[in-house]
Amino acid sequence: MSEAAANKIPVTVLTGYLGAGKTTLLNRILSENHGKKYAVIVNEFGEIGIDNDLIVGADEEVFEMNNGCVCCTVRGDLVRIIDGLMKRKGKFDAIILETTGLADPAPVAQTFFVDEDVREKTALDAVVTVADAKWLSDRLKDAPEAKNQIAFADVIVLNKTDLVTAPELAEVEARIRAINPYATLHKTQRAQVKLSDVLERGAFDLDRILEIEPEFLDDGGHDHDHHHHDHDHGHDHHHHDHGHSHGGLKHYHDEDMQSLSLRTEKPIDPTKFMPWLQDLVAKDGEKILRSKGILSFKGDDDRYVFQGVHMMLEGDHQRKWRNDEKRESRVVFIGRELPEQAIREGFEKTIA
Amino acid sequence: MKDFNPASETASIVSVTDRVTGVALHSPATAVHFLGDTAVFVGAEENVTFAKGDEVKVIAVHGGGILCAASDGKRVAMGGDDGKLVSVDAKSNVEMLATDAKRRWIDNVALHADGTVAWSAGKTAFVRSPKGEEKSFDAPSTVGGLAFAPKGIRLAIAHYNGVTLWFPNMGAKPEFLEWKGSHLGVTFSADNRFLVTSMHEAALHGWRLADSRHMRMTGYPARVRSMSWSAGGKFLATSGSDSVILWPFASKDGPMGKEPGMLAPLQAKATVVACHPKDDIFAVGYSDGTILMVRIEDGAEILVRRNAGEPVAALGWNAKGSLLAFATEDGDAGLLTL
Repeated sequence: MSEAAANKIPVTVLTGYLGAGKTTLLNRILSENHGKKYAVIVNEFGEIGIDNDLIVGADEEVFEMNNGCVCCTVRGDLVRIIDGLMKRKGKFDAIILETTGLADPAPVAQTFFVDEDVREKTALDAVVTVADAKWLSDRLKDAPEAKNQIAFADVIVLNKTDLVTAPELAEVEARIRAINPYATLHKTQRAQVKLSDVLERGAFDLDRILEIEPEFLDDGGHDHDHHHHDHDHGHDHHHHDHGHSHGGLKHYHDEDMQSLSLRTEKPIDPTKFMPWLQDLVAKDGEKILRSKGILSFKGDDDRYVFQGVHMMLEGDHQRKWRNDEKRESRVVFIGRELPEQAIREGFEKTIA
Repeated sequence: MKDFNPASETASIVSVTDRVTGVALHSPATAVHFLGDTAVFVGAEENVTFAKGDEVKVIAVHGGGILCAASDGKRVAMGGDDGKLVSVDAKSNVEMLATDAKRRWIDNVALHADGTVAWSAGKTAFVRSPKGEEKSFDAPSTVGGLAFAPKGIRLAIAHYNGVTLWFPNMGAKPEFLEWKGSHLGVTFSADNRFLVTSMHEAALHGWRLADSRHMRMTGYPARVRSMSWSAGGKFLATSGSDSVILWPFASKDGPMGKEPGMLAPLQAKATVVACHPKDDIFAVGYSDGTILMVRIEDGAEILVRRNAGEPVAALGWNAKGSLLAFATEDGDAGLLTL
């Protein structure tokens, strides 16, 4: 399986709200001396200053799958473009797909889950979201697309940090973490991020789901448990944005987009867990943007890992639990208005 | 074809592999068409290879990937990711038919018997008459496939949520046949009564053109990438399963309410089918590299190529039905003489 994955062309999805610096990052990736050749799928020709005969214009055409599931949308143009690019396989090492500033990353990701040809030839590597340090906080209030892009991200490049003060930066970072505590976050100016931090991340590779821990705010010096977003204090103060302080660090709750983390050291019953998870995404998949889990099943020495985008799930046995690691099951959801109580109760019931 | 002798008394399958001659291709081919008795292998990139007997000639046609190809028997037309539409004739003359002003990919091409050519780039379908008169039509979404109707100048344009039937030479409003989903391939039956699309999902969809009645043709485990009408249009043979699925079209209702035939089952997925131009026989290539000839009447099989290497990518017959050309994804190619 890993051998097959090695032959697949990695696809990095570059997203971010208008003006955040996507094109700057893309131009950097293309111009840096890395010895690799990228095929690039963009929406606007001409923004890219680099001569590359493997630049393809996309139309961001989304269609609904004919399976009665309204959120099972697929980027049809992507299916066509990847098919066409594969005629030139051997001429490039990886694909970078830039979305428009207003795009929802879900249909792109779902294309890699449902399209057999796309799956066979390529592998979604990571969703990289470029965010504007100065304006993101405002966009999170008025642009649902910007919030989607943050929630969906595996890697967030928080750009233009030179245009904000240190407290403003801490503020926007806390707002990002309120939505998505799991993405890797890099603070940059002019999108100066190490390319290895955004490319070849393997964020959708089941073999590389090692642990699911929130990335901590790097102000440091206090108990990390305060920053897990699965904190136990209630969500009864839900209907307005607010911050509260733990040792000087602001902590936000986003009104409509949250992450939810579940964990247990008790073994899980797979015959209960799988139907529960499938039922959950079938019912609430529209609200669940991303899901991921590492599971310790009763009587099973292998770790079971899964990931999902809306209603699409994929999972597999990964490797044996090591003696030196805690056999803990861990499941996270990032989504909109998640039915937290029901999810927590449902999960509890899958304990063997 | 008089040579079809599956010889039922033998236990093992009859083989004609000794009548296959290899064709050394420069690079893998994705389609093959015949111009007379010359096989034209359309490369994945840049070139076509002409093969007749032992003669092999490579002709440059595109500056990049070749995305689509169609033939009317007199020429092979191809669209590329260089934004060019090019044709070659039997004498290997290359003609530039069109260049996209925005250098968009030419995704689809279709040829009409009268010399009219149609192609598409993004959402726009173009038609050019033999006199050089050009017209265009903007589909509601990117064009997935193009096909000319067997009679008159009528172009089927497959796109999201259906097919548009466009009469470029008439002022009439294009007809729209609606069916939800993404439609990729499109083909008319030879008698002009049915239109069938292959969809993004593992299914075909059909319409009876007289009354736009729907025909759902589902049950495939994989997407249907290859469709071929049998001689006289009695069957539509399709890939997408571990056998060849044949939909009956001889009666006035076509396949409505009928079970399709399933021939030549194998432990591999059928990737390409090509019906013989005269007899009720088809050739089929599989994902394991096997190629068979199959008689529709009784499913009798003859082995053309043993399983080896990558999937079969292309199959094509000459007009007489005496030559079969094939190409695989890893660049193997050959000609079977019957």
